[in-house]
Amino acid sequence: MCGIVGLFLKDRGLEPDLGRYLVPMLTSMAARGPDSAGVAVYGPPAAATVKITLARRTPEATFDAVAALAGETAHGAPVVRGDHAVFAIDAAAADEILARIRAELPAFDVTAAGNRIEIYKDVGTPAEVAGKLDLVAVGGTHAIGHTRMATESAVTVNGAHPFSTGRDQCLVHNGSLSNHHSLRRRLAHDGVRFATDNDSEVAAAYLSRQMANGRDLRGALEAALADLDGFYTFVVGTERGFAVLRDPVACKPAVMAETDAYVAFGSEYRALAALPGIAAARVWEPAPATVYVWEHAA
Amino acid sequence: MRTADAAIADLDVMPLRELNAAFHAPDVAAIAPVWRVKNPHGAHALACGIDAPIAIDIDGHVGYYCAGMNQQATVHIHGNAGTGVAENMASGTVIVDGDASQSAGASGLGGLLHVRGSAAARCGISMKGIDVVVRGDVGHLAAFMGQAGTLIVCGDAGEGLGDSLYEARLFVRGRVASLGADCIEKPLREGDRATLAALLERCGEHGVDPADFRRYGSARRLYHFHVDHAGAY
Amino acid sequence: MASARGSALPPVFSATFDEFSLAEIRRAAATGVYDIRGMGAKRRLPHFDDLLLLGASISRYPLEGYREKCDTRVTIGARFASKPIELAIPITIAGMSFGALSAQAKEALGRGASAMGTSTTTGDGGMTAEERRHSTQLVYQVLPSRYGLNADDLRRADAIEIVVGQGAKPGGGGMLLGQKIDERVAAMRTLPAGIDQRSACRHPDWTGPDDLAIKILELREITDWRTPIYVKVGASRPYYDTALAAKSGADAVVIDGMQGGTAATQTTFIENVGLPTIAAIRPAVAALEELGLYRTVQLIVSGGIRSGADVAKALALGADAVSIGTAALVALGDNDPAYEAEYAALGTTAGAYDAWHEGRDPAGITTQDPVLAARLDPVAAGKRLANYLSVLTLETQALARACGKSHVNHLEPEDLVALTVEAAAMARVPLAGTDWIPGNPTMARGDA
Repeated sequence: MCGIVGLFLKDRGLEPDLGRYLVPMLTSMAARGPDSAGVAVYGPPAAATVKITLARRTPEATFDAVAALAGETAHGAPVVRGDHAVFAIDAAAADEILARIRAELPAFDVTAAGNRIEIYKDVGTPAEVAGKLDLVAVGGTHAIGHTRMATESAVTVNGAHPFSTGRDQCLVHNGSLSNHHSLRRRLAHDGVRFATDNDSEVAAAYLSRQMANGRDLRGALEAALADLDGFYTFVVGTERGFAVLRDPVACKPAVMAETDAYVAFGSEYRALAALPGIAAARVWEPAPATVYVWEHAA
Repeated sequence: MRTADAAIADLDVMPLRELNAAFHAPDVAAIAPVWRVKNPHGAHALACGIDAPIAIDIDGHVGYYCAGMNQQATVHIHGNAGTGVAENMASGTVIVDGDASQSAGASGLGGLLHVRGSAAARCGISMKGIDVVVRGDVGHLAAFMGQAGTLIVCGDAGEGLGDSLYEARLFVRGRVASLGADCIEKPLREGDRATLAALLERCGEHGVDPADFRRYGSARRLYHFHVDHAGAY
Repeated sequence: MASARGSALPPVFSATFDEFSLAEIRRAAATGVYDIRGMGAKRRLPHFDDLLLLGASISRYPLEGYREKCDTRVTIGARFASKPIELAIPITIAGMSFGALSAQAKEALGRGASAMGTSTTTGDGGMTAEERRHSTQLVYQVLPSRYGLNADDLRRADAIEIVVGQGAKPGGGGMLLGQKIDERVAAMRTLPAGIDQRSACRHPDWTGPDDLAIKILELREITDWRTPIYVKVGASRPYYDTALAAKSGADAVVIDGMQGGTAATQTTFIENVGLPTIAAIRPAVAALEELGLYRTVQLIVSGGIRSGADVAKALALGADAVSIGTAALVALGDNDPAYEAEYAALGTTAGAYDAWHEGRDPAGITTQDPVLAARLDPVAAGKRLANYLSVLTLETQALARACGKSHVNHLEPEDLVALTVEAAAMARVPLAGTDWIPGNPTMARGDA
């Protein structure tokens, strides 16, 4: 159970301020999710590069170990924020580096990998997490944030949203899936590995699998309507895109606002209340079982 | 209202608890019958549980359950309202200048809720006598299991209007995306036109002709089970 | 005609297609609708009977029965409420509606409970004036249907119980086809009389613990933070539900095991959904302990509590108090053999009568019929309930003293052993005479 926020900037001029707009949205949702918070940010693309975001599990672990492992494939020093670091590495080496990090460096969690995505998540209140990460300073084209109250799984960094199960893909979820164990087994049978017990990770992996099998974001979400059961509001991020889906019963809250400059999402209206131009924005609550997608041109 | 006489409460400095306690004071109607609340910032449970004929203007957006269980008070929200505005209200008036989120007027027993923007899903769910007037649209499952009272929608209604309806009366002027289980259109009678006219007038919704509305009510087939329409459940 | 087998064998009944299953299939085929009844799960389930208390010996010393105190007082709701409930005994009366019960029965419950310094609870239908008048401590339920719910009664209540579910039908609501609504009940619930009742299974204005937290805030604000707020769930995922109720801001959590009775719901629900009461308690306690809230948030357990032994064992497993429903009705006179002829006329017998929704109760308890209801003298019945509660309390104290406890809440799981493997696993206590607790007792699954 949680709070979700999302911001998709149509106006490129606002990109340096992405974090500045996002942090108040996130902190306004603290009461819905006091256990942990996380954000996914989509920054500028870089050719032939994969960015890997890592969180360290213990304060003693240093990112030097990762730098040493990455070696020549890393483009310069990582960008460190709090207990997270973003390494930009050669795209060609990414698969191997990721596999080696998972196998050899258990002190680190890979939270995201992709050309543009970075994911930061930590236990604590949204204000604490945003402060540690200096999130106000982050820029980009779109971002998704989440504040968490744990339901059927533990309060850990790994259990925090957003979940990333594919390159540049992430998902945040407010609600509770009712058939996630079965879905997990099906996906596991197809070779998907899971890091947590969390139902939201199952939803993320499901969508990634659909997209890996050739569906686009919209198609994947439409498939989800048939295969996923339970109560959910999803906000999904991809390299260019930002999507929202509510289940057919649509009890979990969702409010959206759109202007010429942005599309915004919040679990409650007050998450949007400080955005520029909100007074004149089109504000609506997404319809049930309806896929909404916004994408930047490639 | 007489702004000069209003008691001003600023939620940037006054805790919500203190303000609600002031609204609940037994002599509030004598001491401070008019209020202006500033900086609500989407606060939840603001002005809930009032039982006095006081008037409150709220300058900004409110969160969940604003004016919940209201009795006698007039609460005017100059902004948007979150989930459950005026839930279980028994009497009084609640006005939302902007939009109302889900479950507006839920299980309301009486009084009037006037939404000048649009209301989201489940507007009037489980209504038990409240009157709800929405200038804009309502979302899906409006008046779900509505038992009594009147819902007037000047705009469109979403999917599943009046699902599992009892005796609440629904009037929609615009398009209805779909009707819920056991909800059917019924003829608009002279008395219905009068009801519409009176409520619209009370809400100051001028230029809206009662004759443009369609009436919806319960088909009453779920009142007594018959195995042949078990699929309706 | 001789059978092909030669001399006749006695007829063999199938354990699977037993007499009851066959009758139920025939009934379904005849009517095309599911069966509904009251009273809760009737199937045999692992229960408190499968647990024993370990009395004093050489390593532990007992307390004198008549001289040395064994305190029974419990405070419920001090976490956030300024006026918590002070119970003289750790046994309360569970929520049962006016509508399900006669006004006389509600009055009797109030009289008996008040005489013993404990609370009663309203049900699905709201608070009646009689109920408020006769109960010194009244818990007011907030249910999905919101029938009869109003702010005035909310403020008159001594505690509020947000009902998410109940033991007989966790997750349930639905159409109670065939349960008719009579005139007085219809008026209280703003429904047409004589129609099939429907019950919402979700609250109309909140879903999920994040929104529950806001709902609890609203109720606290309306009652100026005076009134304790309980959250009641049917036993299903007690570990998570208790944690979430506590995180949402509840003062107390009420867990109702599947033995819990009900006025009426689908039989298939009653018998096939939920957890036995003894399986629900330890996970709920574990959740509170992990949050550092054990005893700060109280745990009230119900579902099949019948005797002081059941009370003592529930407390030993970690409950702060228990709640009784069916037992209270029986104490009032429900299913009394004195009415056997009338039960027979209804097609049943004393002890099995469960068609409580039909409103023809010869004992005058689960009925609105004025002639039947008049058979119950609320004063006499209230005295019977008080007697019964007194016996429950004396038995609980006797058992607690025998375990060396000066307060009944000092009973602990280590005072228990189990007679069966199932009970040992569910209650997480060793099989008697061994130190073996079957199963994996940890609840926190953590990340894979």
